[in-house]
Amino acid sequence: MITHLWINNEEAVAIILFGIGFTMLLFQKNLLKKLIGMNIMDTGTFLFLASMGYIEGRRPPIVENGVLERSAYINPVPAGLVLTGIVVSVSVTAIMLSLTVRLYKRYHTLDIDEMYERSKHAAEDR
Amino acid sequence: MKKAFHRFYNLIAVICCLLLIGVLLYAVSMLPHYGQENPRSVEVVERYVHDGLEETGATNIVAGMILDYRAFDTLGESHVLFTALICVIILLGKDVKNMRREYDGYYTVEYESYHKLADDKILRLVGYILLPCLFLFGIYILLNGQLSPGGGFSGGAIMGAALIIFAAAFGFETVDKVFTEKVLKGVTFVSLAFYSFAKGYVFFTGANGLENHVPKGEPGMILSGGLILPLDIAVGMVVACTMYGFYSLFRRGSIGHDHTFMDQQ
Amino acid sequence: MGTTEIFRIVLLVLLIACAVAVNLTKNLMQAVIIFMSYSSIMCILWILMQSPDLAITEAAVGAGISGTLFLMTLKKIEAEDAGEKKRKKKRAGKRS
Repeated sequence: MITHLWINNEEAVAIILFGIGFTMLLFQKNLLKKLIGMNIMDTGTFLFLASMGYIEGRRPPIVENGVLERSAYINPVPAGLVLTGIVVSVSVTAIMLSLTVRLYKRYHTLDIDEMYERSKHAAEDR
Repeated sequence: MKKAFHRFYNLIAVICCLLLIGVLLYAVSMLPHYGQENPRSVEVVERYVHDGLEETGATNIVAGMILDYRAFDTLGESHVLFTALICVIILLGKDVKNMRREYDGYYTVEYESYHKLADDKILRLVGYILLPCLFLFGIYILLNGQLSPGGGFSGGAIMGAALIIFAAAFGFETVDKVFTEKVLKGVTFVSLAFYSFAKGYVFFTGANGLENHVPKGEPGMILSGGLILPLDIAVGMVVACTMYGFYSLFRRGSIGHDHTFMDQQ
Repeated sequence: MGTTEIFRIVLLVLLIACAVAVNLTKNLMQAVIIFMSYSSIMCILWILMQSPDLAITEAAVGAGISGTLFLMTLKKIEAEDAGEKKRKKKRAGKRS
């Protein structure tokens, strides 16, 4: 298994990045850190997809000199998928960040446990 | 009791994480080797590479793919961007209802910091040197989407970043002279509407076997690829407007000049 | 193993190092800056993987715009704190 992982090192790193992002989402208490973790998960997925499409010794998928054979270019499908994914991940990040700003305005903290405590107190005060 | 529960919860979470990573790594170890072609997924690629140039007219196969074969995907995606911009406007936009009396100190502080940044000499000099190149590079990438790497998303993002640097270096007042909220909304709306109608026309004629009146052009020239160039421009405009809108909303709570709040200060 | 291969592996190791460093730093500003450098490394990796489209987009979007948005959020939070302080001072002044 280890030798296979060493050959597939790009995919293995992508999975490890996904794991690191997942751990950050679970264990970090700071909302901004959670968001960075989510972004790292995103890039891990993109790296995995793009590395599935890479074929050694071939050129990027741009037709040159009228060569129209599949054996000359890398796989263009993952590139197209990832291209849309990157831009969507930014818009998701922007929405999450604006929600974070609103939560900070309400509770004056970024710590999610603290926020929960304060929301309970706010409910009692009312 | 609560502490014990927390410790138990953390333990379970660690085990879950390790299990997830382990299972995924085990799956990766059984994948085809890195850098070699996966023989099970070649039919689609074969079609895209072999017939792509003839059917779409684009030299860049990725551009031909995302703006011709899978154009509905891209249409949905530019609408995702637009929706995200609207959500951020709802969440961060200043209006009478969401601005409470007790927070007025916050807006003065923000107002001061927003004027201070515009006076930065280094940023201004860098802006003078860098900005023309950045805009030119963005437009180049946008217009050459069907010939070389790039296209709507990358060119639009670069132009949005250039607009952000412009706003940061020369102040929002300078940007507001040309690029107001109305312009942003108009450009975004026209781009999205054009994209929807043009692609709807192409899909309608293609599905019903009618004649398509969009010329394909000669591959390798700027005006080639049929609808890919206009669609690229539309997508790029949407991306650039959205990126600048995000920045402006995060920085001052409105896209254009905000008369109700800024003039009061 | 050629030089490109070694370069690629060094970049992959740096990628994991950056991700772990983001996880461990206490300072939010540092975390955001490390995340931006992480995106730049990713961009070089995509050039090595022969996908220039992705490299351009990632350089503009991942390293540029999302980093800017994170920094903007940090600044907004700082401004919020300063405004809160000002408000408290005002209240204290009114009471006395």
